[in-house]
Amino acid sequence: MEIFQQLTFLERGIAAGLLIGFISPLIGAFLLVRRMTIISEGLSHVTLTGITAGVLMMQTSAFFAFINPLYTGLLAALAGSLLIEKLRQVYKHFQELAIPIILSAGVGLSAVMISIAETGYTEWYAYLFGSILTVTLNDLLFIFLTGVLSMLIIGFFYKELLSISFDQEFASTSGISVRKINFLFTLLVALVISMSMKVVGILLVGALITLPVAAAILFAKSFRHVLFLGIIFGEAAVLGGIVSSYYLNVATGGMIVVTGIIILIGAAAVKKLLPEGFLSKEETV
Amino acid sequence: MKNSAAPYVLEVKNVSFSYGKQMVLEDINMQVREGSFLGLVGPNGSGKSTFMKLLLGLLKADKGNIELFGSPVQSFRDWSRIGFVSQKANSFNSGFPATVFEVVAMGLYGKIGLFRFLKKEHKKKIKEAIAQVGMEQYMHKNIGRLSGGQQQRVFIARALVSEPELLILDEPTVGVDADSVRNFYDMLKELNDKKNITLILVTHDIGAMSEYVTDVACLNKCLHFHGDKNDFEVNREEMMTAMYGHKVNVIEHNHSHDHHDHSHDHDDLDGVRS
Repeated sequence: MEIFQQLTFLERGIAAGLLIGFISPLIGAFLLVRRMTIISEGLSHVTLTGITAGVLMMQTSAFFAFINPLYTGLLAALAGSLLIEKLRQVYKHFQELAIPIILSAGVGLSAVMISIAETGYTEWYAYLFGSILTVTLNDLLFIFLTGVLSMLIIGFFYKELLSISFDQEFASTSGISVRKINFLFTLLVALVISMSMKVVGILLVGALITLPVAAAILFAKSFRHVLFLGIIFGEAAVLGGIVSSYYLNVATGGMIVVTGIIILIGAAAVKKLLPEGFLSKEETV
Repeated sequence: MKNSAAPYVLEVKNVSFSYGKQMVLEDINMQVREGSFLGLVGPNGSGKSTFMKLLLGLLKADKGNIELFGSPVQSFRDWSRIGFVSQKANSFNSGFPATVFEVVAMGLYGKIGLFRFLKKEHKKKIKEAIAQVGMEQYMHKNIGRLSGGQQQRVFIARALVSEPELLILDEPTVGVDADSVRNFYDMLKELNDKKNITLILVTHDIGAMSEYVTDVACLNKCLHFHGDKNDFEVNREEMMTAMYGHKVNVIEHNHSHDHHDHSHDHDDLDGVRS
């Protein structure tokens, strides 16, 4: 990983941002068509619990002194995703209940641990709203590894994920093992959320997963189209956010989200102004 | 029966199923031979859909055995030999951003298997399946933009693309307009005649179906009739009374006067009025 070592702090931040801008819409597209985008909010708050636990462990035990809180955040997100699946089974007829339960549990636990930990406001602010300039070499490595792992999972299970998202019953009768793939998908969401944490922060993670695909679906005819446009919009939001925050001297995570919103509004306006069918020309396979 | 020497594609022996205390299916016995076209009819709530789910392994029978191509459904793995077309209405989100090609491709995913990708030969098969249901010119259109009848054709193509030997259709014509229903049945008939695909059509539309099928089974918790269509025609009135609990008149659907009002297809019983 020598390449990473030679990067300046700004370059590290941009590299991390671009990785996240690429992967978030990929996962967002599947969440969107399954009407599950809200799960990203629940999981991001659980990730905060893991991060506060990690920070607390660093302070209280010499053994954990060199732990990166992002890893404990990932563990919490994985645990949270499994709990959500479990709760969905328990409350079969009220599946949306799982998210607020997990979300409030996550925030409650975090609040308690934050009050114990002797950490300044700035560090928490970085986890809440993201801090692209403090992306360390270690963080970038984490983002890179989780990013590669997520891309491998999406690449290898693309057809199964798509078939299940479209029609679960058919997927099952065509011989796809729906339960295993759904389990894998939940882990994937946790992975992507914890990797985005450092750059956009807990409160804004959902935005990068949702906004690019929300803009993409206005034009997309095929699922591949949603992925393609989603990635373009995602990367545009990240780059636009970094550049504008640099010149305006404001929070980068926030500017990334604001850029995402501007892209969404722009996309809606373009859709409205263009004549019907203008963008729905035949797509080649 | 069409061919009494053909092997069984499906065998159901003494199958019972209940949701909690409520018995839904009681002691069902049924055999379906290769190449037959079975119409499985019954009123709403007769357990038809539950029976389908048992056949497809989506539910497990409390009692009895189900065998697909000679192997028990629990251990059956060769799902690409079976195509399934569900009730279109509640099985997909019409805003889903997928083209006809993408949807039909999903029919191959189980067969291709994990860690493998769509190859040229797969794409060729997908295009063939789309052509088979006459939807070539819609290949790259968004599925949500098509009419109910067109969508149902796409779902047939999705089931056909894995080249199944048995095609199971659960109320495929619900929400499909009258003219399309007739074309749809013609297409099924052709698949049965020319490709020798065994068909099981679950429906409450007795009138329209009976022109096309070779065998009929009447289900209402128990199996009231199971056999050749001609035998069914002879005993029809008696069967209907047994199944529905009162006398029913069946309105014939013929090619010559195919402008009945089908707009109530989703109501209780199309073609059967008391």
